[in-house]
Amino acid sequence: MSAPSKQLPIVDSTTPPDGTVKVADPNPSLILGAHSLCPGCGEPVALRLLMESLQDLGIVDRSIGVVGHGCYGSFVRIMDIDVLQCLHGRAPSCATGIKRVRPDSVVFTLQGDGDMVNEGLQEVLHSAARAENITCILLNNGVFGDTGGQATATTVVGQRTKTSLDGRDPAKHGYPIPVSDLVASLDGSGYVARGHVGDPGGVTRTKKMIKEALQSQLDGNGLSLVEILTMCPTGWFVPAGEGPNYQQQSMEQTYPMGVLKRPGGAD
Amino acid sequence: MSEELELLEGTAAIAKSAIAAGMTFFAGYPMSPFTGLLESLSAMMPEAGGVCINAESEIEGVNMTLGAGAAGARAGTGSCGQGIALMQEAIAEAALNETPFVVFNLARGASDYFQCTKGGGWNDYRTITLAPKSVHEAVEHTQLAFHLADKYRAPAIVYGDPLMARTTVGINIKKLDFGDLPQKDWALDGSMSGTGKSRQVWTWAMGKVTDPGPEMDAHWRYIAEKFNTIDGIEQRHEELWCDDADTIVVAWGTGALFAEKAVSELRKAGHKVGIFRPITLWPFPGPALERVAEGKRVLVFEANAGQCLEDVYQWVPRRRVTFIGRVSVDHTGMNFGDIMDAPVVRQLILEHLDNQAATAGANQ
Repeated sequence: MSAPSKQLPIVDSTTPPDGTVKVADPNPSLILGAHSLCPGCGEPVALRLLMESLQDLGIVDRSIGVVGHGCYGSFVRIMDIDVLQCLHGRAPSCATGIKRVRPDSVVFTLQGDGDMVNEGLQEVLHSAARAENITCILLNNGVFGDTGGQATATTVVGQRTKTSLDGRDPAKHGYPIPVSDLVASLDGSGYVARGHVGDPGGVTRTKKMIKEALQSQLDGNGLSLVEILTMCPTGWFVPAGEGPNYQQQSMEQTYPMGVLKRPGGAD
Repeated sequence: MSEELELLEGTAAIAKSAIAAGMTFFAGYPMSPFTGLLESLSAMMPEAGGVCINAESEIEGVNMTLGAGAAGARAGTGSCGQGIALMQEAIAEAALNETPFVVFNLARGASDYFQCTKGGGWNDYRTITLAPKSVHEAVEHTQLAFHLADKYRAPAIVYGDPLMARTTVGINIKKLDFGDLPQKDWALDGSMSGTGKSRQVWTWAMGKVTDPGPEMDAHWRYIAEKFNTIDGIEQRHEELWCDDADTIVVAWGTGALFAEKAVSELRKAGHKVGIFRPITLWPFPGPALERVAEGKRVLVFEANAGQCLEDVYQWVPRRRVTFIGRVSVDHTGMNFGDIMDAPVVRQLILEHLDNQAATAGANQ
């Protein structure tokens, strides 16, 4: 072996470079163990952002979660949060009951698109209309991941699923529901945003949205909703590493990113 | 000094009793005759410091109630049997995840016995069901239902009807004491979040990865055993004139009031008839019925096609049981028909007393 022709500079990697900002703890204390979801799944990233946001806002010891049914349902085993695992679709109603009898608590729901937009659409809309001071987190991957890749109400046009084998065809399957736009249109919602966790920028912006949504609850502005596009390579039938690309090329075209509504006006 | 009475319609009396019991959350969807309870609570709860939500659906109402119950509040919901049909999934869920709350079925009649006692949700569960015969008893049962729900961490039903909902009585409602209850240290308040010992209310009872729960098999066996325990402890019934009777009329709810009137008249005429009234429809007071009905003829009176009848069959040989009830609904579909009338009930009983010898072996 010959010596390298060019000597590389030696970088001290024992401390962060100047100007870097710590964005995450390698071992978030509110996550008690490893998740059991598929490689490339976006949901554990979203969970981490939510847990870190509760910590950043200093509201952990009054936080109560209501978790619906989907792959993310297994998070109730690893979230160090007082949790009600509720019926499919009913999380905003259960969260309403909790928040009304414990108004000083911070109540959030964790729901997938099958849970919130299929089974529980009326729950989230009515809760928003009632201006319930709760924060709903929608993990939208446009597919029933837990049951193996069937179409949901948010499956985008053209998306192949086990129940739309040739792609979602509006003539046969209708159109996807942009639930965040519906919620934002109701007077009782205070903060609505849509983010993604497909790349580092998306992760950073989404965490900011979650914190703003929780702050909106603390400020008593009515229902807050953060829709997070989460990769589901298994349910999309693409290689794990292709999830972010697929998400960008399909879902993000139907569901544009950004803050749809915030107290005092949208972006 | 005599007790000061207040004139209250049945639904208002139940509402006031629920508040006296410490109910701080209620959510319901209008449906007659339950509607009166929702209206009363809407008026009374804010002043009492509680919350009453006119829910957008029965499903939302019962799930709000489940949430409030899981957060430790005394919570209630209600409807008629038709609306409670929509709540079955959540009632079963609460039985399995051990969330106490009270369901008021102020029904249109007596045809929800199966719904209350057998349930329409999934998995192995039961619902404690109290069937008062009068407004006064409904007021007591309202508070008892909250006590039993908290005692056993399970939903409980108070089953009334239009006659109870709309009868105005003079009554003095006080908080009733049914004994001490354990602290709700399981209730979700967020205080354990981040401590490593955060709480979980979950039908599957799998616990956290750092503190595993019993999981489904063991948890659901425990739930089944808990309902067996309730069955053994909480059966309630009333016996009237049974000692010297050769015929026992089984009747429940307000139907029992009409049977009481009819039977008291028949006894004056010399007939040896008694009444056995299940107060808890579940747990059904079967052993007591078996004892009371030993060697006697049993007539089952209820305004439906024969629902309590099936429970009676489990404790009294069929050859000694005759069903004298029937479906009976008025022209509105919202109230009892002609059967809820003491002379009608008297005649139904009398026919079988007179024909006792002829029909004794006819109902196998």
